Amino acid sequence: MVDDVGDGRPSGRPAPVVALPSFPVDTRGVLERLRLTAVATGTAALAVPGWILLILAIIAVPLSVIGIGLWIGLIVVHGTATLVHVLRTIAAGLLDADLPEYPVEGQGRSPVRLIAAWVRDPLRWRELALVAFTGTFGLALSVLPAGLLLSLPVHATLLLTDGGPVWSALTVLAVPMTALWWVGTPWLVRVRALADAAILGHSQSRRLAERVAEVEKTRAELIDHSAAEVRRIERDLHDGAQARIAAVGMNVGLAERLMKIDPDAAAELLREAREGTVSALEDLRSVVRGIHPPALADRGLTGAVEALALSLPGPVTVTLRLPGQLPAPVESALYFAVAECLANAVKHAGATRMWVAGAAEPGRVSVVVGDDGRGGADPRGSGLAGVARRLAAFDGTVAVASPAGGPTTVTLEVPWHSSEP
Amino acid sequence: MAQLRALIAEDQALLRVGLTRILQSDGIEVVDAVQDAATLAAALAKDDFDVAILDVRLPPTFTTEGLTAATMARAARPALPVLVLSQHVEPLYARDLLADGQGCIGYLLKDRVADVDGFLAAVRQVAAGGTVLDPEVVAGLLTNRPDPVDRLTDREREVLTLMAQGRSNAAISARLHVSEGAVTKHINSIFTKLDLPQAPDDNRRVLAVLAWLDGAGG
Repeated sequence: MVDDVGDGRPSGRPAPVVALPSFPVDTRGVLERLRLTAVATGTAALAVPGWILLILAIIAVPLSVIGIGLWIGLIVVHGTATLVHVLRTIAAGLLDADLPEYPVEGQGRSPVRLIAAWVRDPLRWRELALVAFTGTFGLALSVLPAGLLLSLPVHATLLLTDGGPVWSALTVLAVPMTALWWVGTPWLVRVRALADAAILGHSQSRRLAERVAEVEKTRAELIDHSAAEVRRIERDLHDGAQARIAAVGMNVGLAERLMKIDPDAAAELLREAREGTVSALEDLRSVVRGIHPPALADRGLTGAVEALALSLPGPVTVTLRLPGQLPAPVESALYFAVAECLANAVKHAGATRMWVAGAAEPGRVSVVVGDDGRGGADPRGSGLAGVARRLAAFDGTVAVASPAGGPTTVTLEVPWHSSEP
Repeated sequence: MAQLRALIAEDQALLRVGLTRILQSDGIEVVDAVQDAATLAAALAKDDFDVAILDVRLPPTFTTEGLTAATMARAARPALPVLVLSQHVEPLYARDLLADGQGCIGYLLKDRVADVDGFLAAVRQVAAGGTVLDPEVVAGLLTNRPDPVDRLTDREREVLTLMAQGRSNAAISARLHVSEGAVTKHINSIFTKLDLPQAPDDNRRVLAVLAWLDGAGG
């Protein structure tokens, strides 16, 4: 599909429409309006393929009786897909939103089946409606900025070459057109993009439905994750502390029995029992660390990550400037995410140096965990996938950059809004 | 009396060693100490032990392998003495074990092994055809019982609990510091109140009580 380019925007997308103040009239404002006018004119020009597709679609119906209609139908199917893709890319760029593609299903099927599937798919009718809009009202909307802009120079040129009262009057009238261009262009471009998106079905309710689907998915994953965590804790207790304490009981019980007959053996059993209690406590501590690390409870995320860094082999540079009032579950999720990334760096990457950097940015908290190891980390590996699942519950994301040969950086982001004004 | 032979199934080395030592300290021979369900099935198929001491959870799935193995072995060899050990007890599992009504069953928390004498007595009792249930299991079976248990006096309920654990009249009388005659009287009263037929011997009596506990409330 689209590749990521420098600033992270997919290629081919125009930059978003931003609110442009009418004053002052400066170079930046002029350039931006000229850019929007150019985009709108380009969009207007798409009316031509739009007309052609519509005419083809109409003639394909009667001609489908003889074979050639099918071939025209195929041109309509693929032409519409291409045109809609271009329009979608433009609208997505201008609105700075993701408008998901719904590719035509049934590629590689016979033409008849492909067209039949296409006709039955309501999304395709929306796309055809967009093609029709592009050739009509959309054209009117998109041609306006260029028309308003060119009104003054065209009439003024005609006035200079031709003279006469009609051209003078029109030239005078063209002045407010230029003002209208100045004020209206951003609106016109935005309205066109919104209309395209709406025709394609990216309405508020559609977005909400998609959001609900996503929330349901992350919730289900979180429940799975919690259940797995609870099972793990139960197993850890059962195999660790519980078993050790039971063994201590056995040793002490046997020692009691042997006290009189074989005091040396009894003493040995008691020594084992004492060591057993130490191990049992160690096990309990490690289970507690896995549930809610004491350092996190005592010193917050920054302190807990610093404590974690100290416990790892190899130097870890921690530069965290995080807000103190992150919600506890978010802190916990970030802590375990960082712990998992650092453990991966030690275990798999053979890293000699690691770093954790984090800061609150407007609207989000971002933490980057990096190492100088051999790279090639698999974002779908169970550890990183678990991290992603856990963060997804808070609408957080995990981005892994790990070229072969390293270095690896994992960027953890969680939306967050300061409660302070 | 011939030397008692025991089979142990326990996946955790610490506990396996502990159990073996305790049994050996009392002159019980440990013929085998296995660690997982597959070897346990093979060991149970051999007829070289008098009592099997099984952990409920064993590899590979760490769920109820020990319990399943016990049930299957007892289907092949009815009344095979089995003492099941676990880190937590489930009255439901007790029901599975008691379902065949054959007795020769023990079901204890691993905690109880620390009372070495009590544990060894339980092992011998199960090997001899008795039934020994953990007080926790009995308490689980006794909770939410319908009315008849409410009609018992506190002392009768104590006797019932001890009886369900598999204790003999003598043991109950020693435990409660009353005469054996008084225990017999309590037991007769319990059987009357619960409308149970009088049973001739200890084991049958325990089984009758357990069957009642198990069946009445579902």
